[in-house]
Amino acid sequence: MTKTLSPPPAGTRILMSGNEAVARAIWDSGARVASAYPGTPSTEILEYISLYSDIYAEWSVNEKVSLEVAIGASLTGARAFCAMKHVGLNVASDALMTLTLTGVVGGLVIAVADDVGFSSSQNEQDSRYWGRFAHLPIFEPSDSQEAYVMTKAAFALSERFAAPVILRMTARICHVKCVVDIGERETHRVAEGFVKDPARWVMVPGNAKHRVPKMLARDRSLREASENSPFNIIENSNDRRVGFIASGAAYMHVREAYPNAPILKLGFSCPPPIAMIRRFSKQVDTLVVVEETEPLIETEIRAIGIAVHGKDLLPANGELSATVLRPALAPLSPSAAISQNTIEPQTVFPRPPTMCAACPHLGIYYTLSQMRNTNISGDIGCYTLGAGQPWNALDTCISMGASMGVALGMDKARGADDENKKIVAVIGDSTFMHMGMQGLLDIIYNRGNVTILLLDNRAVGMTGGQNNPGNGRDIHGNAAPRIDFAKLVEAFGVDPERIHVVNSYELPVLFKTLREETKKTGVSVIITNQPCVLISDYVKQTPYEVEESLCTGCGNCVDVGCPAIHVIRREKAVKPSGKEVELSFVEIETVACTGCNLCVQTCAPKAIRHVVSMLQNEPVTIS
Amino acid sequence: MSKSAINILIVGIGGQGVMTASEILSQVAFAEGYDVKKTEVTGMSQRGGIVSSHLRVGERVYSPEITQGEVDVLVGFEAAEALRWAHYLRPQGVAMVNRLRIEPPIVSLGLFDYPQDPIGDIRKQGIAIRDFDAGAIARELGDLRLVNTIMLGAISESLPFKPETLRENIVARFRAKKPEQADLNAVAFDQGRTEAKRTAV
Repeated sequence: MTKTLSPPPAGTRILMSGNEAVARAIWDSGARVASAYPGTPSTEILEYISLYSDIYAEWSVNEKVSLEVAIGASLTGARAFCAMKHVGLNVASDALMTLTLTGVVGGLVIAVADDVGFSSSQNEQDSRYWGRFAHLPIFEPSDSQEAYVMTKAAFALSERFAAPVILRMTARICHVKCVVDIGERETHRVAEGFVKDPARWVMVPGNAKHRVPKMLARDRSLREASENSPFNIIENSNDRRVGFIASGAAYMHVREAYPNAPILKLGFSCPPPIAMIRRFSKQVDTLVVVEETEPLIETEIRAIGIAVHGKDLLPANGELSATVLRPALAPLSPSAAISQNTIEPQTVFPRPPTMCAACPHLGIYYTLSQMRNTNISGDIGCYTLGAGQPWNALDTCISMGASMGVALGMDKARGADDENKKIVAVIGDSTFMHMGMQGLLDIIYNRGNVTILLLDNRAVGMTGGQNNPGNGRDIHGNAAPRIDFAKLVEAFGVDPERIHVVNSYELPVLFKTLREETKKTGVSVIITNQPCVLISDYVKQTPYEVEESLCTGCGNCVDVGCPAIHVIRREKAVKPSGKEVELSFVEIETVACTGCNLCVQTCAPKAIRHVVSMLQNEPVTIS
Repeated sequence: MSKSAINILIVGIGGQGVMTASEILSQVAFAEGYDVKKTEVTGMSQRGGIVSSHLRVGERVYSPEITQGEVDVLVGFEAAEALRWAHYLRPQGVAMVNRLRIEPPIVSLGLFDYPQDPIGDIRKQGIAIRDFDAGAIARELGDLRLVNTIMLGAISESLPFKPETLRENIVARFRAKKPEQADLNAVAFDQGRTEAKRTAV
């Protein structure tokens, strides 16, 4: 089952994504332990690392645990690494804020990938603040080559200052493929093992307060290192009218938009090289800071009394690009060419992400969409899509695991409109194990009235179906201990009679269970148990088709929300009551249909049936 | 060595092979000695959403994103998606578009309309568009998955390297992984190439 890699030798020049380059650098730095919880855009880093057979790699249950695993490894003297998306560092921050006091032994690098531009996140944030907040150095690569070189340098810096180093990436670094020159591999020494030193590792007040001055002294040394870092460089030019300070992906956008402008490129951006910035500011007439997404450097420059442009002209959020920079900075830079685009953008319908054909969540949201008088507290995963069309059956989404606490709060506060409302919380298996379990315990302990739908699809679905304790496979696909959700929630204190395990494709059972449980007071947990269609556990069935002569155009199947069902014809009809209704006649896209049977259950005239020719070739499997 | 630069924007929806096409082109350009940057919007958009892949090839490439109005070749795997991105083209750029129409659930639900004639809408803007039914060619050749190779064949004469170089790379890929499909893909590539010539404006 375990996949491995034959890594290309040092001296090879290849195309790599930023995530792939970081993974290779982790291997080339002789790291011993690497951990992560999947999260866009950082997920692939650990996937790639897991292919190197001599690194211990794991999917942790959440980012805080992942960082703690890396800390433990570092304490033994081994080099350690963990990766996370921006919101993951919020979760891990409790450990981070004390780690900055203890410091590290073996080099420890934390890659944090900001989803600038909202490709798949609940917020947008600039993780560089965590570096400032925790007094830790930050490297900001601007392409895969730099991601590779900086990751290696981050281990050296981490050991030189006995401090973790944050490698701050963004989506346009993680997922961009470009040319990388592979360097030499450093086989790290075998760690000496954990050396007991309570004054350093036991952070009780009496010990911790003595670490603070050391951290502050380290700040001063880091400033010096930043001034002399090869990652902070001034690229001069004869045109001195407008000079730019830029880091990360923004540097590339500035170079693209203004190929001949002087630039101070910051790769070691925290703490910033103040003397260097002063020097650069004297070389140019006007100074502009270009950074994604918050004005961190800009604020520091203003604080030392240097006049600078930045967010006064540039957007305060979202991705930058030459397309954005040129018009925004036109008042300063009349020489920069704005492309003479004569083609008008056209308005085209949106194409929001949909659930997959046969997704086990479809039936659950179809059922929830039929429930009246219900507040549905949601969570983070593919099933957040239940908030969209056609279901409109998810009312909140805040943070990993929040469905639990939010549901309890709604139950306890009950406004005038909520007096008789049912409260349902929807959470996926990974999110439940990540940060939802504690919330459920809180609901039970505090005697809440909430029906919990635990959607166990045995994978971290949204990020590509990574393994987790719910499917009993580790990061390599090898057998691992598997959680028993029913037993777990029973141990938490849920009445065994209020725990139901339901097949996600059996609509009548889903509907009946949900209706009955929401009528009762107290806590019930309904666990749905069918696998994500994107993972190996899913077994395709014979596809269906629509017998056109039997389809009455009622549109019930369309309400399931399966992307394999297409409306081919619309008609208006008048009911005996005189009411005008719109009819939707459908077809099923056979190549996309995997025979889940959900739409069949909504079709009263029985117009949906197996594709007969395929039935003969492919026996129906009943799971 | 002077290398001519080119910006290629490949668009479609999740699962259509946009990223594979872009990956193949990037590897060939790289092997030909170009600097290459390739970037995609991924994440939630994999779930039936819009997928766009920017591929920039040249002597030295900075930003991975193509500036609006600077696309040389727009490759549309789906008609409405080509329309959505058409304004990224340079006025003298070329659009190579598969006529396939994929209606999302929100169109099925009657909430939005699919444009009547997206190809015509692109042409109306004065864009040099070459459109053809790659799906029909693929079906004729017996495998819908050939659309990808047909599209690559279609743009092969608009690239800064020889069409044969791209063709050889694709065939070699199949020889290595699915040898039984190597010849068929060569045919698909040639048909795409012919189709592009036939529809040249």
